[in-house]
Amino acid sequence: MKLPPFDYACPTSVAEAVALLASHDGEAKPLAGGQSLVPMLAFRVALPSLLVDLRKVAELRRITITNEGIALGAMVRWREILDDARLRTAHPLLVAAVAHVAHYQIRNRGTVGGSMAHADPAAEMPGIAVTCEAKIAVTGMAGARVIAAADFFQGPLMTALRSDEIITEIRLPLWPAKRRFGFQEFARRRGDFAMAAAAVFYDEDGGKAHNAHVGAIGVADRPLRLQAAEDAINGNSIDEAVIAKAEAAASASVDPADDIHASGAYRKALVGVMVERALRDAAGLKTT
Amino acid sequence: MPIEFEVNRKRVEVEVEPRMTLADCLRHHLRLTGTHVGCEHGVCGACTVLVDGAAVRSCLMLAVQAEGAKVVTVEGLSRDEGLTPLQASFRKHHALQCGFCTPGMITTAHALLSEEPNCDADRVREVLSGNLCRCTGYISIVEAVLDARTAYQRAGGGGNGA
Repeated sequence: MKLPPFDYACPTSVAEAVALLASHDGEAKPLAGGQSLVPMLAFRVALPSLLVDLRKVAELRRITITNEGIALGAMVRWREILDDARLRTAHPLLVAAVAHVAHYQIRNRGTVGGSMAHADPAAEMPGIAVTCEAKIAVTGMAGARVIAAADFFQGPLMTALRSDEIITEIRLPLWPAKRRFGFQEFARRRGDFAMAAAAVFYDEDGGKAHNAHVGAIGVADRPLRLQAAEDAINGNSIDEAVIAKAEAAASASVDPADDIHASGAYRKALVGVMVERALRDAAGLKTT
Repeated sequence: MPIEFEVNRKRVEVEVEPRMTLADCLRHHLRLTGTHVGCEHGVCGACTVLVDGAAVRSCLMLAVQAEGAKVVTVEGLSRDEGLTPLQASFRKHHALQCGFCTPGMITTAHALLSEEPNCDADRVREVLSGNLCRCTGYISIVEAVLDARTAYQRAGGGGNGA
């Protein structure tokens, strides 16, 4: 469908963008890559009075890597993450997950900030943010604040962002070089939204896993950490028995609803298999 | 709003409403009807054009966002006389039937081959997964793209943006 009418502004700074958002009584929306928002407009799910295009806000386009971690500017595109050779060692889990984001053309336009603000429960970036305990830096009329990823997502397409706030940066904690990880996603066709996906990482000390993080997407109203699966991993060396325990714990800790794509029971089983495969990848064990 | 950008190496100035997509601007204002509009919500890939060298869905981009950009449509990837190697390969391999998806296939394949002239069949399939074709079953399209690689390898890739 053709898009509904709206006004358009193209500011060059965060402050100017925030002032524009604030001047429209909650009816204005920031426009990042537009790969989620424009379809929302076409379907009349979103009917903003003003779109505030962030494409000229240069400060939102940076990828910064320091000894504290990685900061992704909100307007960083998927393509830029995949093309940045530094990130393959600085955050290989992020790169593995972003490779699953939508299609080639979408990855050339879509942005990390846009995906976070859209908050689709089956999207990769929100899942990585929650799994990695990312911090989301936002700025509004009241100033800047930082929100933990676990508090940022509040339901399908719902976040802690206020109507005058924009995301400026997604901060991922430092990734140790020896960390083990896996990312597995199942979609009916390549590039579709995940029916379920799992991100797994852990550190090793004397052959035993610790600091396990297991994240799941597509199985609840927001991305989840699966603590029971993490408990099954921590303190153990990863073998078949541990993998089976983590898989069972992952399945047992979600309760997905039936929908047009799959039954809840199917998704419950699927997320276990995704955790199993991701953990196998992390441990370097072959699929049985 | 008045906007100015470049289409197929020519500067254009148009007056558009903010809500007009780049796809509609190309078709209705500039009469470049080679860009096809299928789903209008970013699923089918028929409207793919190159913006500053990158393949993008022109139904998911506002025309006002193209201000200052270099846009190349399927028309910009053809010659006045004869077929380009990519077009010739599509003909040779019967990589189209009704032809509705073909402009998006050509623009997407051109971007891919310009960036990665040595890509393998898996990569071609992965990239073309964003373009729906309901006639061919894709096999002939993948073969056509693979067969066109030699022309892009000779050109040294980098021909993106035509």
